[in-house]
Amino acid sequence: MSPLVLVFISPLVGSAVLAFMGHHRNGRDINVAFSFLTFLASTFLTAKVVAHGPMFALDKQFFIDSLNVFLVTLTALIGFTTSIFSRPYMRIEEERGKMTPNRMRLYFSMYQLFNCCMLLALTTNNMGILWVAMEAATLTTVLLVSVYRTPASLEAAWKYFILCGVGIAQALFGTILLYMAAQRVIGHGLNPLLWTNLNASKAHLNPVIMSLAFVFLLVGYGTKVGLAPLHNWLPDAHAEGPTPISAVLSGLLLNVALYAVIRCKVLTDGALGNHFAGHLMIGFGLLSVLVAAFSLLRQKDIKRMFSYSSIEHMGLMTFAFGIGGPIANFAGLLHMTVHALTKSAIFYAVGHAAQKAGSQMMDQIRGLIKISPTVGWGLMMGTLAILGMPPFGVFASEFLILTSAMRQLPWATPILLLGLGVAFGAIFSRVQPMVFGETTMKRLPHPPALLPVFVHLGLVLMLGLYIPTYLNTWFLQAARIIGG
Amino acid sequence: MTELSIQLVNLFASFLLMLAFAMLAQRRVLTLINLYSLQGLTVVAATTVVAHMTHQEHLYYSAVLTLILKVFLIPWILHRLVKRLNVRWDVETLINIPSTMLVGIVLVVFAFNLALPISRLSSSVVPGTLGIALACVLLSFMMMIMRTKALPQVIGFLAMENALFFAATSATYGMPMVVELGIALDVLVGVFILGVFLFQIREQFESLDISHLESLRED
Repeated sequence: MSPLVLVFISPLVGSAVLAFMGHHRNGRDINVAFSFLTFLASTFLTAKVVAHGPMFALDKQFFIDSLNVFLVTLTALIGFTTSIFSRPYMRIEEERGKMTPNRMRLYFSMYQLFNCCMLLALTTNNMGILWVAMEAATLTTVLLVSVYRTPASLEAAWKYFILCGVGIAQALFGTILLYMAAQRVIGHGLNPLLWTNLNASKAHLNPVIMSLAFVFLLVGYGTKVGLAPLHNWLPDAHAEGPTPISAVLSGLLLNVALYAVIRCKVLTDGALGNHFAGHLMIGFGLLSVLVAAFSLLRQKDIKRMFSYSSIEHMGLMTFAFGIGGPIANFAGLLHMTVHALTKSAIFYAVGHAAQKAGSQMMDQIRGLIKISPTVGWGLMMGTLAILGMPPFGVFASEFLILTSAMRQLPWATPILLLGLGVAFGAIFSRVQPMVFGETTMKRLPHPPALLPVFVHLGLVLMLGLYIPTYLNTWFLQAARIIGG
Repeated sequence: MTELSIQLVNLFASFLLMLAFAMLAQRRVLTLINLYSLQGLTVVAATTVVAHMTHQEHLYYSAVLTLILKVFLIPWILHRLVKRLNVRWDVETLINIPSTMLVGIVLVVFAFNLALPISRLSSSVVPGTLGIALACVLLSFMMMIMRTKALPQVIGFLAMENALFFAATSATYGMPMVVELGIALDVLVGVFILGVFLFQIREQFESLDISHLESLRED
């Protein structure tokens, strides 16, 4: 069986099995097992692509190149580590009466289905299927956000559904326009919605249609990336859902949505021959960095705070891909990787910290380092990493983004620095008393799974000090595909 | 024959636009659902005519799919929801319908202007309809913003999907079959989830008024 098929089959079967078994005592172990299988399949797939170069599958409906294969590995890895984190976390939630057996089944089943949708969106070659997979990912996570059935979580899920539903409808209109432009060039014989076919004849796509299509696609998928001013759903969905879901939303969903935008940008750039798409992305990116940085100052809820930090970093990546060119694209890809790893690690630590305190309010969480040094250090190191302190990988990517901004858009550099500075002050001043200081918090009934936190932070540290050659080649190839 | 078909498609397009305005101003939930199935029926009729005119076989399939899904199944689910939620006779207080209509007209003009350069380039036999489809999308969007009750918001969402489907049919003779099936599946699953949601919202808030959902905001 080809590893690509296994990458989908594993979460799909997992979802079906867990729909029946999820409430069992070993449901959480089954979840880990299926996620591990997916991860294993994705590494095989990666090895195959590294050895043989880009490949097609199933009548060209699937296409794997350097750009998406690294995201597939990242998605499967974070899906796997989050399932490990889910084990003790969801067990504690269940014992505290927040989860019933039925909700556990729903949770595990939807978790696997969500992973399946993400992987489908990443590997499909068909722009229509990409849309379908993104919408399906929204639907699965809506159920996950509202799983506690509290008024706040229902409100967050409703807002998420309506805003992302409207957003993704714009993306569908953009896809229709894309199809229309493609039909004029490619005709009905070859499939005009396949990205590879579009890419081959992108220079002939009609520029008028393509520019309008890109606006719709950017607004549509940009809603899911969390770009300001379309970001309103994101902090609510992150704060009110279970913490493992916050981790995968920030670590995976936002990346996949940005991936969709990048694929569309490549086509638009080819058709228009100017920087129209790039300029739009630079504008949205800068606005997101600023809006998120200043919203950070007002946060009281720890998960809300880190979700605003996600908006800031997604803005930074969008900005980098907007600039384009080999260095900025490389920086954007590196930032996608390190942000996903760091942010999910932070959410793992935050989840356990909030469970100890019995609240997500930051003034209730105090003195983590005394009660449980690993959670405290995990949160502190994660925070330092996400704030761009050397030697972590985020420093390297932010440094690259800033230098390319200085070279190509000098006026944007002070804006970026202002955003990063404000974010630093806001986050650090709040995390410091949470980690140090006096505490009255209790121990957890089950030992937290902190291995994923330190694995992720270790990887981010490694990427800051040294990028392995094959990873480097990957990023360079992917940066060339994006071009611009 | 072709001339007649083109005129028919244009007729159905204008019918869709009228329905979009009717939904914007409609206050009763039951009538709103009926208007939605009427909209679905119009889309089916337009799709069939385009299929006949262009001999695109897969358009017949998508017409049948739309007929089952959007004329029968989804309205039936909505009717059941209304019955079980006991909101049959709900009347929404809409403020200032005339000015809503005026804003709607501005939206239509805007949509036509936006679609004009593309309509000229379109290889489709019915180029003008793209502007109408975009106008319907924007009008449904506006309906979602204006409404304070959950169910009309959902219907606005579904109406937007109908308009997008019409855009795909008229501008490109429909998306490839596999994509259309995927979209249909997403919409159906979405309606089910929303139905479950409505019950949960009512359980928690004892009302389907979205204005209760306002605790999550920045202070």
